[in-house]
Amino acid sequence: MALVLNEEQRLLQDTARDFLSRRAPVEALRKLRDTRDDTGYDPALWRDMCELGWASITLPEAYGGLEFGFAGLGLVIEESGRTLTASPLFASAVLGASAILLGGDEAQKEQWLPAIAAGEMTTALALEEGPHHRPHHIETTLTPAADGYTLNGSKCFVLDGHSADQLLVVARSRGESDSREGLSLVLVPRDAAGVTVQRTIMADSRNAANIRFEQVNVPADAVIGETGAAWPVLEQVLDRGRVAMAAEMLGLAKESFERTVAYLKERKQFGALIGSFQALQHRAAQIQVELELCQSVVLQALSAVDEQPEQLPLMASLAKAKLNELAKRVTNEAVQMHGGIGVTDELEIGFFLKRARAAMQILGDTGFHKDRYASLCGY
Amino acid sequence: MAAAAGQVNVARFAALYRAAGSGQPASGGAVLSARVTAMVIASLAPAAMLAHYVLPTTGDIATVEQLETFRTEVRQWLQDNCPESQRSLASPEEQYWGGRRGQFASEDARLWFERMRERGWTAPEWPQAYGGGGLDPQEARILKEEMKRIRARTPLYSLGIWMLGPALLEYGNEAQKQEHIRAIVNGEIRWCQGYSEPGSGSDLASLQTRAEDMGDHYLVNGSKIWTTNADKSDWIFCLVRTDPVAKKQEGISFLLIDMASPGVSVTPIELISGESEFCQTFFDNVKVPKENLVGELNKGWSIAKALLVHERKLMSEMGSDSPREQVPPTVAAREYLAFRDGKIADAQLRSDLVDYEMQMQAIALTHFRTFEERAAKVQSAAPLVMKYAGTEAEKIKSELLLAIMGSRGLGWEGEGFSASELDTLRLWAMSKAMTIAGGTSEVQLNVIAKNVLQLPQS
Repeated sequence: MALVLNEEQRLLQDTARDFLSRRAPVEALRKLRDTRDDTGYDPALWRDMCELGWASITLPEAYGGLEFGFAGLGLVIEESGRTLTASPLFASAVLGASAILLGGDEAQKEQWLPAIAAGEMTTALALEEGPHHRPHHIETTLTPAADGYTLNGSKCFVLDGHSADQLLVVARSRGESDSREGLSLVLVPRDAAGVTVQRTIMADSRNAANIRFEQVNVPADAVIGETGAAWPVLEQVLDRGRVAMAAEMLGLAKESFERTVAYLKERKQFGALIGSFQALQHRAAQIQVELELCQSVVLQALSAVDEQPEQLPLMASLAKAKLNELAKRVTNEAVQMHGGIGVTDELEIGFFLKRARAAMQILGDTGFHKDRYASLCGY
Repeated sequence: MAAAAGQVNVARFAALYRAAGSGQPASGGAVLSARVTAMVIASLAPAAMLAHYVLPTTGDIATVEQLETFRTEVRQWLQDNCPESQRSLASPEEQYWGGRRGQFASEDARLWFERMRERGWTAPEWPQAYGGGGLDPQEARILKEEMKRIRARTPLYSLGIWMLGPALLEYGNEAQKQEHIRAIVNGEIRWCQGYSEPGSGSDLASLQTRAEDMGDHYLVNGSKIWTTNADKSDWIFCLVRTDPVAKKQEGISFLLIDMASPGVSVTPIELISGESEFCQTFFDNVKVPKENLVGELNKGWSIAKALLVHERKLMSEMGSDSPREQVPPTVAAREYLAFRDGKIADAQLRSDLVDYEMQMQAIALTHFRTFEERAAKVQSAAPLVMKYAGTEAEKIKSELLLAIMGSRGLGWEGEGFSASELDTLRLWAMSKAMTIAGGTSEVQLNVIAKNVLQLPQS
């Protein structure tokens, strides 16, 4: 059943929660932030996550995967949203693995997928070129050259861009700058000549970069799929990413909400627990309502990846739009209901607030997905 | 769309939404106009959702196959047995509510009812021992879906089926079951509900209608409000005060009263929509036999609470056969709004529309999730939030339709407007009751705060 977890899935989720709360609690993110860690995540942690099979959950067995389904990966990611765990899980196991799996030829799959599954290779999707998600507004160019292609352009908000081994770059082979036609997807080593990476320190203390490509030489076999025809694959990859990000935001929202409700039960003012005040009760209850709806939306979107792919675009936009709204509302209320300590750096609620804002921008803000949903529905 | 008021009962609405399993049955009454109920049912009934929103395909192959076999059989049976004339939305006059004064609108309606009754499918999930259909929830859902598919009418509209029966099956004694259950399945007795009182709405437990122990009978005095269609009903199931001294929840009993008893009288109430299917019912020294007490004396509150749990179960057999289908906002948008480049030109209305549509898709999925959880015996808070989410969304829908129709949505009556335009305005007025009846939205939030979040009570 799509909207109720089966026993294996529950077990996976429990394992993930247990592992992450022990190994990568919010405290770990604070430490990465405060020590200005170069990598931005803990490689030992990532190795262990890969050993648990998390980087290979969705991949076919032939490529070293578990073939457990996208819903399984979603559950792990949801748990990583509770702990705000920094890791290559999203950029590599969701975006990178999906792109190569869906778009790559057999040789590329055999070359890259087992490496991603084993945690030996990390990827970053270099897509955005401006402050807003506009997935087919691409001006980075891929032009034919004697020994393959030449890549030129600038990318921003590249998640894990400063640490990934390979960059999956969306570039234009032909067509107008806003056209879905003519896009290509190429794999470029981060340390290739002509690649300049500028790590960006963002609100969420997670990992992103601006990247410039100047006359970068791209061999023909580094093109994923057909040159100039990457859009259909890219759109599926993005939708998988949107669904996964929605799952992370669900975990983030649940955790910050639960912490807030717990606080309402211990904080006293005017001689009473503040959770007994109806002004706060009703706002909390309204969030609970939205949480329940969002839970269903995320479960459906996750299962749509494997079971109803024709519904994926609609469900992905639904999930991302709804979770954007939920994460914003919950984190704002979490700060407000905590009162004064809610705005201190010492309380971890602030980390959730900031991560929510970054997550809201990743692969489409609310307006983007409302517009897409309406267009998909024909109005 | 039919222009007249529908009569799908109110209680069904409550059945749908009242905070099931909550510590406080939200407001009494369960009262809502048929139209409001119809609006909610039309958009939230599982079958309707299947038609309009994306839902998951179920995963368990064995179960799916079994159910598909059942579906094939049901489809064939309906094909063979549902008269052609019974495969369209029933106007209010065409609905059969049973009871002593119940009348069939046509010979086909009688035939259809009798065929369904013989299979026990007027109450598909009830035990066959009492005349029910003995179906499990998934089978009952399939029956509903198949009926919806050919637009088969509900053969018997009944508060007895939707509300009272499940409580009697659990709390009634054998004599009560024998007396009432089969009569409900067979449509012999029409029931109405007596919960709310003029002074007891959201605070239902403060109810004052008294039943005094007179030795060989109870003497009932007081009045009940929002008793939908009380003027057409034969019996009423009531919450009455049997201990005026005890803490308010602990002095309430669940009593069945024959409305033909001397001292019972009924007055209709007119609403802002112009409808008046609600009544106030008065009890003036009404003698009620002691065997009409359901469950233990002063334990009626527990029954009322349990009833709510049963009501939730009823969602699966919930009617998908509202007497009207409101124009979906996306369809109305095509008719009344300008488009530019394939998009609604008015950015605000487009934004409002997509907000509503996404919310309804989320509600549809959550509704479906409650079925899956029930089948898998998994507990969650989802059922508890459905009334709030569903009715708030429906109210938004009515406002949205009015906005989309502009001045054409303002027609009250007469010439110059289509029937569906006139309906839209009346339904908009009725929609205001949706977040009041069956437990106000505020009470729903209290229930969620208390029972789900377990926040301290003041």
